[in-house]
Amino acid sequence: MDSTIHTKTTSESLHKSKNRWIALIVLFIGIIGLFLSVVISIRFGAADLSYRDVLGAFFAFEEDNQAHVIVRELRLPRAVAAILVGSALAVSGAIMQGMTRNPLASPSIMGVTAGSSFLIAIALAFLPGISYFGLSIFSFIGSGLGACLVFGISSLSRGGMTPVKLALAGSAITSLLTSLSTAIGIKFNIAKDISYFFAGGVSAVQPTQVHFLLPFVISGLLLAILLSRSITVLNLGEEAAKSLGQNTNVVKFLGAVTVLLLTGAAVSIAGVIGFVGLIVPHIARFLVGTDYRWIIPCSAVLGGILLIAADIVGRMVNAPFETPVGAITAVVGVPFFLYLARKEGRV
Amino acid sequence: MSKRLINFKTLFFSTIFFIIITAIISINAGYIQIPLHEVIAALLGNGTDQNELTIFQFRLPRIFMALLVGMGISLSGAILQGVTQNPLADPGILGINSGAGFAVVLYMFFFQGASFLNGWASVYVLPITALAGAFLTAVLIYFLSRKNGHITPIRLLLMGIGMNGAFNAGILIFQMKMEPNDFTRALTWLSGAIWGANWNYVWALLPWLLILIPIAIYKSKVLDILLLGDSTATGVGINVARERKILLIIAVTLAGVCVAVGGGITFLGLLAPHITRQLVGPKHSKCLPLTAALGSFILLAADTLGRVVMAPSELPVGIVVSILGAPYFIYLLIKSI
Repeated sequence: MDSTIHTKTTSESLHKSKNRWIALIVLFIGIIGLFLSVVISIRFGAADLSYRDVLGAFFAFEEDNQAHVIVRELRLPRAVAAILVGSALAVSGAIMQGMTRNPLASPSIMGVTAGSSFLIAIALAFLPGISYFGLSIFSFIGSGLGACLVFGISSLSRGGMTPVKLALAGSAITSLLTSLSTAIGIKFNIAKDISYFFAGGVSAVQPTQVHFLLPFVISGLLLAILLSRSITVLNLGEEAAKSLGQNTNVVKFLGAVTVLLLTGAAVSIAGVIGFVGLIVPHIARFLVGTDYRWIIPCSAVLGGILLIAADIVGRMVNAPFETPVGAITAVVGVPFFLYLARKEGRV
Repeated sequence: MSKRLINFKTLFFSTIFFIIITAIISINAGYIQIPLHEVIAALLGNGTDQNELTIFQFRLPRIFMALLVGMGISLSGAILQGVTQNPLADPGILGINSGAGFAVVLYMFFFQGASFLNGWASVYVLPITALAGAFLTAVLIYFLSRKNGHITPIRLLLMGIGMNGAFNAGILIFQMKMEPNDFTRALTWLSGAIWGANWNYVWALLPWLLILIPIAIYKSKVLDILLLGDSTATGVGINVARERKILLIIAVTLAGVCVAVGGGITFLGLLAPHITRQLVGPKHSKCLPLTAALGSFILLAADTLGRVVMAPSELPVGIVVSILGAPYFIYLLIKSI
């Protein structure tokens, strides 16, 4: 990695914050975009609704109006969940890329989502009838497990951790854990429930799940924003961060907790959705530079837009059937991954 | 150095011996358990009708399929590792399997109907479809990972990971559009079950292997020389670009036809060649035959295991191989690069 150039651009952006205006514009347009996509997401679907129904459901709710019930019970939770999951994945990708200085880092490539869904499979198999809350706890533990395995393996290897080794270890752990989950699914006759988690999607989200998810994602996002300055410093390199007086271990620990919080929450509600955490931080970095104080909020907004857009596309592409949103994000994300891979993980 | 390596002939024949033992266990194991003496009686033509049906129509074709597919995939891995000089190359990891899988899913989707794999024609069409998919993927990966005229092992692997992601997404999209019945079949097929096991598939696969495996072994000297590096190989008088292309075509064809009947089996192409190299060293004239034998053994053992471990439900063989193979891949990752 070309650390001198990296350091230079980072310190430049720390001092001159001319990127701030760009970032603010991105955030402003992004939030408008989010709002519009929520409206589109609520309006279109199997049951045809008009904009009047949508507005009515919010401002003049009638319990016996079927359209209003659809909006409140099905469409709105789905839209909100898509935004929360997209933001959570994108921000945890941004944190991972910032802390490890690894452009290929993201929850799905690093085996975090696979670990999470593996423990969900275990929970579904051995504790039938487990509550949604219990499932989320397993999901959090699992994301920790996946991350520990992948980072442990790649740091054990000769020559230490490199972007490529992380990606390879992540894909090996992912296929191992996925195979084990499939085996559990077949053994306990819950293959269908488990394949729902592997397909990934927000189509069957319940309002209660959204209520549950909300505090986790919000606190994760707040933690990420609080950490963002430290991450920018850590991104200069561990030595540089230490000499600037940063306690890097504390920052890394808090960063890891944030990643697990966000990814665990996202997987427990939407299953495995790949590539959002990979591409969104790159887009954000392209737009606003290398200051994580701007990258993280922009990632949150852009991630939300990407996932809700993917969800809308997934609904329309093959109506009336739903195409899993994970497949849509992969279609967008793979070319980008290939582009990064051609550079062998160098920024 | 060579003294520490175990004698090739001893190893080869003991592997064959183990294959025979496993085959006997495999005939015996499964939903219907047949005692050993009845197996022998049936093989000699004196068994009950039910036992003969089970053995000749279900167990035996399945065993032969496992042997052939294991042979093909592990040889494909060995050749790929030799040609790309990349110890971690494997048709599954490089995305060739999922490319073939995607082609097969497309085929199932466009020529759907409950009989999509029962007609006699589809037995022969399916391998061709998978082959087309495998070749397309291989060409794609080859060109995507080429930069300034050369290919680095790492870039090749990353491209493979990306391709896997793309094809799996494609498979997912088309699977969702399928009839539930076809969907289940496609899913089982993709996780690598040797489920289609009947004699037709064995006959469809056999000619490919009978042609390709001897060519591969005949080329083992070329593979040895290629390992010395391009300039040495050219110096010895080998047309490096041409030989590499031929060997790649052999490897991709082997993987493609095996995936067509065996489904997605990852890590086998990694496991068998590496164990072989540990045992007999890197010389391909010894390495390739033993890899083929060992690959057959591993797949047959994995298939038997998958049938026994969770009886009466069956674990697809691809899952068993992944559970065994992924830790080995990780071990190689820690050790080698």
